[in-house]
Amino acid sequence: MTDTEHVVEAPGVPALAEPVAPLVGKRREALHFALRNRKVVGGAVVILAFLLLGLIAPLFTDHGPNEYVGPPAAPPSADYWFGTTTFGQDVFLQFANGIRATFVVGVLGGVLAGLIGMTIGFVAGYRGGLVDELLNMLTNIVLVLPALAVLIILHAYVGITSVPMQALFIGLFSWPWVARAVRAQTFSLRSREFVDLARLSGMRPIAVIRREIAPNMSSYLFMTFILLFGGAVLMAATLDFIGLGPTDVVSLGLMMNSAVHWSALHLGLWWWFVPPGAAITAIVGALYVMNVGLDEVFNPKLREM
Amino acid sequence: MSRYFGRKLGIYALTFVVAVTLNWIIPRFMPGDPVLRMLTRTSVSNPEAIAPMRTYYESVFGLDVPLWRQYLNYWVELFQGNLGVSVWLFPAPVADVIVRAVPYTLALLLPSILLSWWAGNKVGALAARRKWLDNTALPVSYALTATPYMWLGILLAWGLGIVAGVFPVAGGYSFELRPQWSWTFVGSLAQHWFLPFLSLFMVAFGGWAIGMRNLIIYELEADYASYLAALGAPRRLIRRYAFRNALLPQLTGLALQLGVLVSGALVTEIVFAYPGLGHLILQAIQNQDFFLLQGIFLFIVIGVLAANFLIDIVYVLVDPRTRTGMQGAT
Repeated sequence: MTDTEHVVEAPGVPALAEPVAPLVGKRREALHFALRNRKVVGGAVVILAFLLLGLIAPLFTDHGPNEYVGPPAAPPSADYWFGTTTFGQDVFLQFANGIRATFVVGVLGGVLAGLIGMTIGFVAGYRGGLVDELLNMLTNIVLVLPALAVLIILHAYVGITSVPMQALFIGLFSWPWVARAVRAQTFSLRSREFVDLARLSGMRPIAVIRREIAPNMSSYLFMTFILLFGGAVLMAATLDFIGLGPTDVVSLGLMMNSAVHWSALHLGLWWWFVPPGAAITAIVGALYVMNVGLDEVFNPKLREM
Repeated sequence: MSRYFGRKLGIYALTFVVAVTLNWIIPRFMPGDPVLRMLTRTSVSNPEAIAPMRTYYESVFGLDVPLWRQYLNYWVELFQGNLGVSVWLFPAPVADVIVRAVPYTLALLLPSILLSWWAGNKVGALAARRKWLDNTALPVSYALTATPYMWLGILLAWGLGIVAGVFPVAGGYSFELRPQWSWTFVGSLAQHWFLPFLSLFMVAFGGWAIGMRNLIIYELEADYASYLAALGAPRRLIRRYAFRNALLPQLTGLALQLGVLVSGALVTEIVFAYPGLGHLILQAIQNQDFFLLQGIFLFIVIGVLAANFLIDIVYVLVDPRTRTGMQGAT
């Protein structure tokens, strides 16, 4: 395990949070700095705004996102904020529904990948030995396998029917870098005195990991989840764009797919393909910026800069 | 060093076996009947015709022998370079169809990966030492790296291709031309190549620039940098050392990003209808051409593994520690 590896797996992430005794005080301190960090607040505001839009906007209409409600190919107007498609579907309605799907896929995919990666990383780092060797091999294999190619094959044969199912597949193939980073950190925490003490006092390994090791990495794990969230959103958009996503739900990727498929580019219907991509960029970008901000919050060394 | 390469090759060989096995398992054990789907696709209404077609497809898939035999056969066929017959371009063998598309994908991928890596590292290193550049390049880089590949492709195609009319937006070369070695053809190739290349380059560039900037800042806080500064070494020298040290993790990062870059190239090709592997994937999906899809999957896996191995070799060349066998990339 070299230093360099550490850095690559966790770009811009504190190397290792020092174990601080009063956990509650530490949390309050983090919150204090988080609320004063422009990057964290700005990123959170953008994400919350999109989340609210996705949650609320579809409630104010009584027709579905795929219904033909307006004049075909109309530019943005007071009635149709983002214009309409060549078939007269309301782009804004599709957009709001697509954001919903984006958040579902991001949260579910991110949580699943995070859980798998953490489990494998904790077990490998804590147990060591043969278990570590085997899990490390598994991690390395999934790491070099091009995830999208595997997902395309899976999607093509199995067929994706719902957004959670898509999130499941994405989560199953995006955990390796988490496992590697968590393993490396567990490795170095394992030999600390407080972990030894917990072990000597007869705590079970699972309890040691959960109560002694994981809390010391909580900030790191939270940031990992943010990056996984962004990754899952991009991956889902890619799959939807290829046409392998769930087709009964409107997603941002699917909107771009139909825009290209029905030659919105040549017809000049820019309002059809600009919003979905802009939303993905804004959401993922806000997540990244928030991640940088959180880094400054959790890592006092960066905070001073 | 041989142990280092041995480990790496072992992992790659295992990955290849896993990929081939996945490729074999998924069609057989997943819910859904691919044979039935192929049959419904041909939409034969005559029930008498379905039975012989079913037996035909089952023998093509090799489904009429025991499972272990099927698996063995699959490997034998693979090593003979037989990936099956394309349904979409019947009766062209899948391997031929793929080999024709690969040059286009490589022509996009190689320059965009190498150039974006080089330029991103340079700009990132510069940004780490100049406040104004940091304040402009960093937000741009974050926006770029958060952009979905296909969206940037769509925007470029629409802006530069259709509105400005500077570049063509579809195909690998002009539809009026036949592939040949002439200046007009090469010029047409370059024209069609530029926009997909540019969009790939831009998205990848952002990530490298951010990575390099953070690494340089991290390196400049390291003990050796402070020590050199205390000795009175010129800042340029310290920067150069930091840059060299920061390049190593960026190289590892390149290996980790390969999968993402390849998938970016695939969707970019779809946007521009560029005749590479991405375009083939789309056609294979739309025509339910599973052999072709699986063949492309194997090709991508092999390509990524080979590129990984190349990076491992480069790593040994640039990092003396791996050569002495004391420590190194794992």
